[in-house]
Amino acid sequence: MADIARRDLLTMAGVVGVGVAIPVAPATAEAAPKDKVQDGPAANASARCYQFFDLNEVAFIEAFVDHLIPADELSPSGTELGVTIYIDRQLAGAWGRGARMYLLGPWPAGTSQQGYQLPLAPADLYRSAIRAVEAHCEAVHGGSFDRLQPAQRQQIMLALSDGSLRLQQIPAQVFFDMAYANVMEGLFADPIYGGNKDKRGWRLVGFPGVMAAHAENIERFRGEPYLVEPLGIADLS
Amino acid sequence: MTTKLKEVDVVIVGMGWTGGIMAKELSDAGLTVVGLERGAPRSDAGFSVPMIRDELRYAVRNELFMDVSRDTLTFRNRPAERALPMRKLGSFLPGEGVGGAGVHWNGQTYRLSPHDHALRSRVEERYGKSFIPQDMQLADWPMSYAELEPFYDKFEYMAGISGKAGNIAGRIQEGGNPFEGPRAREYPNPPLKPSLASEMFTETTKKLGYHPFPRPAANMSRPYTNPDGIKLGECQYCGFCENFGCEANAKASPHITVIPAALRNRNFSLKPHAWVTRVNLAPDGKRATGVSYTSVLTGEEFEQPANLVILCAYGLGNVHLMLLSGIGKPYDPVSDTGTVGKGYCYQVATVVQAFFDDRIFNPFMGAGSLGVVIDDFNGDNFDHGPVGYIGGASIYSASLGGRPINQRAVPPGTPRWGTEWKKATAHWYNRTLQMSVQGSNMASRYNYLDLDPTYRNAFGLPLMRMTYNFTDNDEKLSAHLTTVAHDIARAMGPTHLGPRTPRRAPYSIVPYQSTHNTGGAIAGHDPGKSALNRYLQSWDVPNVFVMGASAFPHNSGYNPTGAVGALTYWAADAIRTKYLKDPGPLLHT
Repeated sequence: MADIARRDLLTMAGVVGVGVAIPVAPATAEAAPKDKVQDGPAANASARCYQFFDLNEVAFIEAFVDHLIPADELSPSGTELGVTIYIDRQLAGAWGRGARMYLLGPWPAGTSQQGYQLPLAPADLYRSAIRAVEAHCEAVHGGSFDRLQPAQRQQIMLALSDGSLRLQQIPAQVFFDMAYANVMEGLFADPIYGGNKDKRGWRLVGFPGVMAAHAENIERFRGEPYLVEPLGIADLS
Repeated sequence: MTTKLKEVDVVIVGMGWTGGIMAKELSDAGLTVVGLERGAPRSDAGFSVPMIRDELRYAVRNELFMDVSRDTLTFRNRPAERALPMRKLGSFLPGEGVGGAGVHWNGQTYRLSPHDHALRSRVEERYGKSFIPQDMQLADWPMSYAELEPFYDKFEYMAGISGKAGNIAGRIQEGGNPFEGPRAREYPNPPLKPSLASEMFTETTKKLGYHPFPRPAANMSRPYTNPDGIKLGECQYCGFCENFGCEANAKASPHITVIPAALRNRNFSLKPHAWVTRVNLAPDGKRATGVSYTSVLTGEEFEQPANLVILCAYGLGNVHLMLLSGIGKPYDPVSDTGTVGKGYCYQVATVVQAFFDDRIFNPFMGAGSLGVVIDDFNGDNFDHGPVGYIGGASIYSASLGGRPINQRAVPPGTPRWGTEWKKATAHWYNRTLQMSVQGSNMASRYNYLDLDPTYRNAFGLPLMRMTYNFTDNDEKLSAHLTTVAHDIARAMGPTHLGPRTPRRAPYSIVPYQSTHNTGGAIAGHDPGKSALNRYLQSWDVPNVFVMGASAFPHNSGYNPTGAVGALTYWAADAIRTKYLKDPGPLLHT
């Protein structure tokens, strides 16, 4: 894969500061250094239009998701599977804005057994946490999260996941746990939500999807592989 | 401002299993009955395929459950802590809407053991009084298993339970649970078809000398017509059961059984979107005059006068309403006085995973209650002397689905992400067998419910406050019985065995454990120690009856719905045959 960052492509395309990605204009792309354009994921990038994440956040979340779900012989990267689009849509929608959460104060710190106690809806938590992680990366590594070496990124991810990374104001592990759960949702939820592209998440594990009349299959396939083309909600709608 | 409605004989608060049964039984008796439900009605279109097969919507975003933005509770482990709101659902998932949690349950329908009904007497007799820990509020139930048996039977036939009897009129039946109390007859439907996991669990536990039997299921093993003429379909083993509604009407649920049966009676009316905020009492506080509710569609406030008020708002909701309305004296753990909020119990649940390189389980072929269970370590079915704790657990293997967001496991030591994680997930998803330990929980002095002094709900009313922690007894139980389950898993010869992780204090409200919240309005023999008498009638306000697991003096190692259904039929029978003839306290103190 190219080491070109998505941010660079968008900068080249002259759309810095615009919250949604605009297809890279061919003329602009030609003006860019050739090697970058040729192996840059321009086509894929242009297909991803974000509703919630801003340009810097896109760079972060794509790097974050692709660190968890890298492209390898088992699947394309999380970003290519639509996981970042899934998260973006969730954060832009009712869930991200705190639907079905009790968010009234006061908000004193609680014990871990008392669970989530921040005054933030998920979208606000992401925004604050990404800013805090980026500030840490700049301060410690002198660059943004998406530009770190894989080993440095792994170190950050581990420290986020075990809570040992001290972020300004935001508990790292609370953010990581939410984002990790969202990545898994984006990989395995029905494709109507924007992730699990081509049902690659389901194919990875062999989940057959929404067709599930197994009253006979449970005997016929007891102990035997049940191999079918997975179907999603859209396939039957 | 408030519209006063015409008086009715009975108002029921909550339209799940208990409200639906009461609506049917009391409208059959000719009473005018109004059923109020805070949530939405259910339509057939709501649970149709393919829309219902949406794991994200139903099992992750919790579409069918209580909306905590409007009302929740606060939680702390100990009285010395400050309780904070449960801001998202986690440890338990109360229902909302017509049918309540009976819409999205799994359908596991047990009877409690005869020992459970006489627990204190049994423990004192077998192990001595000194065996009972100091703060454990151990009590006998105020009704025996034998008294409840006809009502268990009625619930099981109404709900078409698929299972195998273990004891019919004192004769032990091959393939059933030999420890169960005697039942009058066989289950209405045969057991579900076993999965590979069920077969492996059966084979191994038999070899170890235990007594496996199929989990009794409200998932129909064949098409069934119940005694009310309600038709239920055959289970398709779709693996989308708990958290979901059933598109095949193959899971017994109130909105397709007792509620439509009640609605045949013109003297029953059902009002969804009606949020009851208070039970109104006469000035002397000894008689309820009806309830006040708010329409959550229009914001209008109503008063519904009634001669009889029946709380069916899930155990937690019942206790909250009693506390808000001043029914009975709130429990105070310091002086150990009062009754409302006392005896809140949960369950001590753990999971054991085993990974088999050479097996294919097809976990996505499953049903809510499909699986096999042993009762050898439940109740008082074994000698507790050497283990030093009270209570037990059902230990089982369940095949309830393989939905990939939530139902994936990898062997210990697998990284949480990256190519290695992906490889492990791809390999083990179809090769994992999961077992569960559902442990009982005894009432303890400092585990209780009261009103929160700070936080309020959307109606401006105080949230309920839960103070709860696991006790030494719970830790001993979980350590012993999680080890038993781990040993069963090891005896199956897995490639990898998951970790042995018993529950330990402190209890956390974050990870899902069980929606089996019991107590808070317990039934008993003594009005100084219990909120309800043996007919689930309030000692303090005798025209208020309180259904549900809030009446349980302790929580057993079983899923509670079978006992909840039986108790509701038992109370309905007492209302019909005793209370209506002579309204007032059914027991005098």
